[in-house]
Amino acid sequence: MRHFLTLLHGWGAGGIFLVGFPLALIAIAGTTSSATHPPSEREEFFVKRALQALAAVGWIAVTAGTYVIYPWYRAKPPAGTADLAGYPRSLLLSHPDTAWLHSFGMEWKEHVAWLAPILLTVVAYIYTTYGASLARHRGIRATALAFTVLAFFAAGVAGEFGKLLGDHAPVQSPAAAPVTAQAQAGTVK
Amino acid sequence: MSITADIPNGRAAAAFLAAGIGSFVFGALSLAGDASPAINKALAFYVPSGALSGVSTVAVVLWLVAWFVLATLWRRKQVALKTINLTAFGLLAGGFLLTFPPFMDLLQGK
Repeated sequence: MRHFLTLLHGWGAGGIFLVGFPLALIAIAGTTSSATHPPSEREEFFVKRALQALAAVGWIAVTAGTYVIYPWYRAKPPAGTADLAGYPRSLLLSHPDTAWLHSFGMEWKEHVAWLAPILLTVVAYIYTTYGASLARHRGIRATALAFTVLAFFAAGVAGEFGKLLGDHAPVQSPAAAPVTAQAQAGTVK
Repeated sequence: MSITADIPNGRAAAAFLAAGIGSFVFGALSLAGDASPAINKALAFYVPSGALSGVSTVAVVLWLVAWFVLATLWRRKQVALKTINLTAFGLLAGGFLLTFPPFMDLLQGK
């Protein structure tokens, strides 16, 4: 269950968010350029809804990541647990080669990820408010595009480290991990 | 083509500056939680998630409050967008830097 929800968080919400960014950038730039024909009402409506949906997916990803996945990631193993497979944070910190994945990777990911939906919500708001008239508001258009790129960077950092963390210490139920010698001996509850 | 009346730039400026403020608050609280065990404990609104729950909640609330206040003040105004955008990007840069672990460690002398 934990593994499935983590995959849904990373590859589902995170994946949609990451794939959606280049499309959002192209859509905003393409429909608000003074060098091209203005978009039809239908096209503009579609881009507005797509940006709003992308921002919503971003909020779902960070909220689920913080309140559902992260507690599983940082759960402390009971004293005497030898097999740390169900405790990703402790597993990573138990080996010098992987400790950096927590102290650098997870520490950065857990914080920077939150900036992506904040920025993309602003981008969705700007496009919803100004629409194709952004072609006349050059400064607002440029800033909205820059915000989209920064949101993509933040989501990219989170996604990349999420994949690395999942490769080295996947979130899974301790019950799914092999039974330890201590557990078999009844020393771990 | 849809016809959009020329909307003052105040609404956009409010959104950009509020995002900068929210991002900077997020970074500053992340640093404070990392540097001080007392603040870290106080920010653990939801204990299983630790300080991240408080950092994100406070930053998002302050971002929305700042956005509401600024939008109320500027919604019908033309404002100095360049200056406001520069301020917003400065705050954003601060927010991004303060979430970067080596920079956080540098500030704490680790």
